[in-house]
Amino acid sequence: MVENDRWGIFFAHLVLILGVALVVFPVYIAVIASTHPSGTFVRGVMPLLPGPNALENYRTVIFEGRSRAGTPPIGGMLWNSFVMAMAITVGKLSISILSAFAIVYFRFPFRMFFFWVIFLTLMLPVEVRIVPTFQVVADLGMLNSFAGLSIPLIASATATFLFRQFFMTVPEELMEAARVDGAGPLKFFKDILLPLSITNIAALFVIMFIYGWNQYLWPLLITTDPEYYTIVMGIQRMVTGGDSEPLWHLVMATVVLAALPPILVILFMQRLFVKGLTETEK
Amino acid sequence: MQTKRSTFRNGWLPYALLAPQIIITLIFFVWPASQALMQSVYRQGDAFGVRPPTFVGLRNFAMLFDDSLYLNSLKVTLYFSVGTTVLSMGLALLFAVMVNRMIRSKDTYTTFLVWPYAIAPAIAGVLWWFIFNPNIGILPYVLNGIGYDWNHRSSSSDAMILVIVAAAWKQISYNFLFFLAGLQSIPQSLLEAAAIDGASRMKRFWTIVFPLLSPVTFFLLVVNIVYAMFDTFGVIHATTEGGPAQATNILVYKVFRDGFVNLNMGSSAAQSVILMGIVIILTVIQFRYIERRVNY
Repeated sequence: MVENDRWGIFFAHLVLILGVALVVFPVYIAVIASTHPSGTFVRGVMPLLPGPNALENYRTVIFEGRSRAGTPPIGGMLWNSFVMAMAITVGKLSISILSAFAIVYFRFPFRMFFFWVIFLTLMLPVEVRIVPTFQVVADLGMLNSFAGLSIPLIASATATFLFRQFFMTVPEELMEAARVDGAGPLKFFKDILLPLSITNIAALFVIMFIYGWNQYLWPLLITTDPEYYTIVMGIQRMVTGGDSEPLWHLVMATVVLAALPPILVILFMQRLFVKGLTETEK
Repeated sequence: MQTKRSTFRNGWLPYALLAPQIIITLIFFVWPASQALMQSVYRQGDAFGVRPPTFVGLRNFAMLFDDSLYLNSLKVTLYFSVGTTVLSMGLALLFAVMVNRMIRSKDTYTTFLVWPYAIAPAIAGVLWWFIFNPNIGILPYVLNGIGYDWNHRSSSSDAMILVIVAAAWKQISYNFLFFLAGLQSIPQSLLEAAAIDGASRMKRFWTIVFPLLSPVTFFLLVVNIVYAMFDTFGVIHATTEGGPAQATNILVYKVFRDGFVNLNMGSSAAQSVILMGIVIILTVIQFRYIERRVNY
């Protein structure tokens, strides 16, 4: 650095440690709460040290649930979330890489028109057209199904843009060489473009998986059958479902399990995650 | 818009490649959006088909702006978005500046600061809802110690603070990453030159770093407003449910309630159309600014 000031660095560390504490605090509390018996939450303040009931609480939420208090077992919900997240991720990646390929490597009538139709999806998040989208899905008979959970969410303008951007940087010579050697468009796509895009695909995969896993409003609307509940929306039913105070130890165990998969994805693929995030959103 | 210098020639293939995306976009995006536009200018018929829907022009919109609940929701959304944006961007900038000064511990701090991105807004809401729980939560206990009686179930301002904190907390990591990337792209030589001229650390930050960060800041400003207005549905729905007394009933939540709970389709559709207008304006601002930045 420019000058050497020990106090400045000390102060910076102090701020950052407080910052990390602020960021970690809620999740720490959740982990702690998930290890206590229900009696702890009847009165008094929430403890700050782990309790003895961790195994029992997690076993209860995963396998049994407490149907009386509106909490079905969450093993199934975790699975549903995973299937939905994967379907959304794979769906988004495949349809957007294909359309980016078409837009960049072909010249055809109405190209700009299609580009703008895709662009529109960027402007219309699910939240602003909830009711009519729900009606369409209901008319198609897709309520309470994995197709209904994932297909309406897989159109993605951002992924298409990222792939388009990337394809523009691929040297012209590659395609010309491929053509001279007699490769058609599909062969070029499969043998040259796809291998080149692997890093981008992986980076987007991380972002899209988190996006898919964290879907909330959409599953809330189109699932009425507990068989299709996803975990993130299931938590809301546990908190506001019963008339009494929620069973906090079980709610928090569920929260921890719901947050764990996307957090692990970020921690283990941090480099890809940062790349995906900072490049897609620009 | 450019393509490659040389392109493939094929009559039907590009259409086939585009088909899946276009079909999904038309069915699940364009069609519902046009339905919303349609419904927003009709008064809905009754359930038995006795009275068909009637065209009412802009009356649904006029009624909205006469409705004190809607005006309240606009105001609440404004407070909520500004609060969330300022809080999360402010903290994120502070952390990014501090992390950027570190050498060995940079990656460790970054790891600890980025993972809340993975947490769904609804879960963030539940976490803070628990921490602020008036009976057993930790913060009300602490606040009680200094003489403040926290209760987000009855106090409008407490409820608003709760949802702002939850929404901002989740967004810190996103802003942090962008600020850090922005800081790292500022040439070190500029700062060194200023230091040699005797500018203090504070002065260097406000006269060099902050102006050079302005493109990032502006980009994040738009993104955060969009986030606060649309992606925070889960925060509200899993915790306060718009209450107490409409104090946290943001626009997105109101569309949902009026459409699905109160079954007032005309009004809900009109609100959807207004929201789409807001998103389109924000997106256009964002893209115009990006075009400008490309010419730097």
